[in-house]
Amino acid sequence: MDAAQPTSRKSPAKDETMTSSSTAEPLLEVRDLQVEFRTKAGTAQAVNGLNVTLHAGETLAILGESGSGKSVTAQAIMGILDMPPGHIAGGEIRYRGEDLLQMPAERRRRLRGMSISMIFQDALSSLNPVLPVGWQIGEMFRVHRGMKRREARQKAVEMMERVGIPAAEKRAGDFPHQFSGGMRQRIMIAMAIALDPDVLIADEPTTALDVTVQAQVMRLLKQLQEEFNMGLILITHDLGVVADVADKIAVMYAGRVMEASGVYSIYSSAAHPYTRGLLASIPRVDGADERLDAIPGLPPALTDMPPGCPFSPRCAFATDRCRTERPELREIAEGHTAACHYAEDFITAEEDPA
Amino acid sequence: MSEKTELDETTTRDARASTTPPSEVKTSAPVGAGDGGSGRKEAEASLWADAWRSLRRNPWFLVSGALLVVIIAMAVVPQLFTSVSPHACDLSQNRQAPTADQWFGTDIQGCDYYSRVIHGARNSMIVGVVVSAGVFVIAVLVGLLAGYFGGWIDGLLSRTTDMVFAIPYMLGALVFLNIIEDRGPMQVALVLMLFTWPTSARLMRGSVMSVVNSEYVMAAKALGAGHVTIMRRHILPNSLGPLIGYSTVFIGIIIGAEATLTFLGVGLQQPAISWGLQLTDAQSYVTSSPHLLLFPVIFVGVTVFAFMTLGDAVRDALDPKSKR
Repeated sequence: MDAAQPTSRKSPAKDETMTSSSTAEPLLEVRDLQVEFRTKAGTAQAVNGLNVTLHAGETLAILGESGSGKSVTAQAIMGILDMPPGHIAGGEIRYRGEDLLQMPAERRRRLRGMSISMIFQDALSSLNPVLPVGWQIGEMFRVHRGMKRREARQKAVEMMERVGIPAAEKRAGDFPHQFSGGMRQRIMIAMAIALDPDVLIADEPTTALDVTVQAQVMRLLKQLQEEFNMGLILITHDLGVVADVADKIAVMYAGRVMEASGVYSIYSSAAHPYTRGLLASIPRVDGADERLDAIPGLPPALTDMPPGCPFSPRCAFATDRCRTERPELREIAEGHTAACHYAEDFITAEEDPA
Repeated sequence: MSEKTELDETTTRDARASTTPPSEVKTSAPVGAGDGGSGRKEAEASLWADAWRSLRRNPWFLVSGALLVVIIAMAVVPQLFTSVSPHACDLSQNRQAPTADQWFGTDIQGCDYYSRVIHGARNSMIVGVVVSAGVFVIAVLVGLLAGYFGGWIDGLLSRTTDMVFAIPYMLGALVFLNIIEDRGPMQVALVLMLFTWPTSARLMRGSVMSVVNSEYVMAAKALGAGHVTIMRRHILPNSLGPLIGYSTVFIGIIIGAEATLTFLGVGLQQPAISWGLQLTDAQSYVTSSPHLLLFPVIFVGVTVFAFMTLGDAVRDALDPKSKR
């Protein structure tokens, strides 16, 4: 058991259990969140009882393949879910102890951008094509802080410098299409952090970028997060990106958290076969000519969930119990939760190779 | 930074050609106008330059633009074109065929027909421009609210639009104008406005709906923009293109409609001077004095043609898909 305890390279406070309460008040706490989409084919349960907690200065990576509900979670937290067809069926999203879902719309709108902010996957389509970028960043200051134009523009240029855009003063009048992908994402980041938010949600911020630029943007995010002491929720499907930046990881599958823990224990002692499958599908430099192990099959249709563990149809270790009884997310080691009936077996198997 | 090189002039241009969304251009006025500082001049130039470049290369724009300059000048300062008063008539000289002296001949009252036709431009223009501007405003309001909010607001506005749309505007205008005793250009314009706005409103609603789900609107929402900011800054500038093109074409349509209504006897009334009234007078003398019909028809035709061609050219310039 002791060996399974992750050794945190960050401050110990960051590697806490995601479900248990901590000493400091969490910035953001999602409790039993349920999001449904009412479609013609039936009700699709996109998020099904999600629990995550985020503290200041902490990076939480939500990991999962497409359709696992990670973007929907982000939209639900931001309050920009398309409703209808989307519908929050239950749960609460607490920001500094206050439930966002019960908050009046206007008050919640004020929190957006000010306290909770978000950056999107494709910065080109997320920036207004007809407005100069400096103007768009400056709008944050005008709308939320009531600044005058000149002052707002000055602040916008400052923000652009801060996110590493060369010749910011000169480029503030340029339009989004005149920037490269990486620069656009920096502009999006500048807008999102302009008002010094407590929580920043990054929805696949580097997916649309090429690999060299990905690393730069991630570094920038990390650096800004430390500088502003933000809580960062990083939504991604890229395990490689996560390893560098995240403090803790929640692996999502079919709208549920399958496994959550500090970043090290995920890599060193993954307790869920799904997480193991994901890890096995990363190419390794030292892996010689071996074929990559892909997880067979596809995620279940959200309108037609299997009765037991949602991963059971694709799981090589599934038993009859898996197919009938849904495993709850439970603590298997300190700061490490997993939703698998046999989580302990996986960890012990790893520890005693003999 | 490794990304500095991307600012190469050609790449930028290419990127713009392929990725500019609809209606990049016409927004620059409200947008650029507000921004202080040095970025402003460049920004404006780049927005306008784009549409202007594509317009300038379009021969149809040049032809229709030149025609419109002449016609608008006629409407504003007819004295530039003729020194003869349209009210200086000599009954004994009525229905004279065109001569070197009187290019278009004289009308039934013996007035100089050239002067009458030139002075007729003003009323047609007033009706055309007032109706088109009014309909533009209605269409923007209705289309924006319906397209942005959706739900019951959209239901209410769209069904109202459909109901008005179901009435043929000529029929509606005929009935209404018949009731109004005293009809000047403004009365005609108001009635036409009342029955012609649905087409534009539907067009606007459609283009708003194509913008409303775009990611930058969602991003603006996520960053805390309110409804008004989103509509004004993000949706309007990106959805106005098609309506601007159509509104130009629409001026031409309305000028034709005004002439038609006046010809049918429910538009403008004597002693107003208008192409429609000239056509009404001409109808009894088509065989004996065909010039009475010919000249106003040419003027109406050329004006309508010019507006329609210009509208098409503008719409194409604002449409990213037609950009080369």
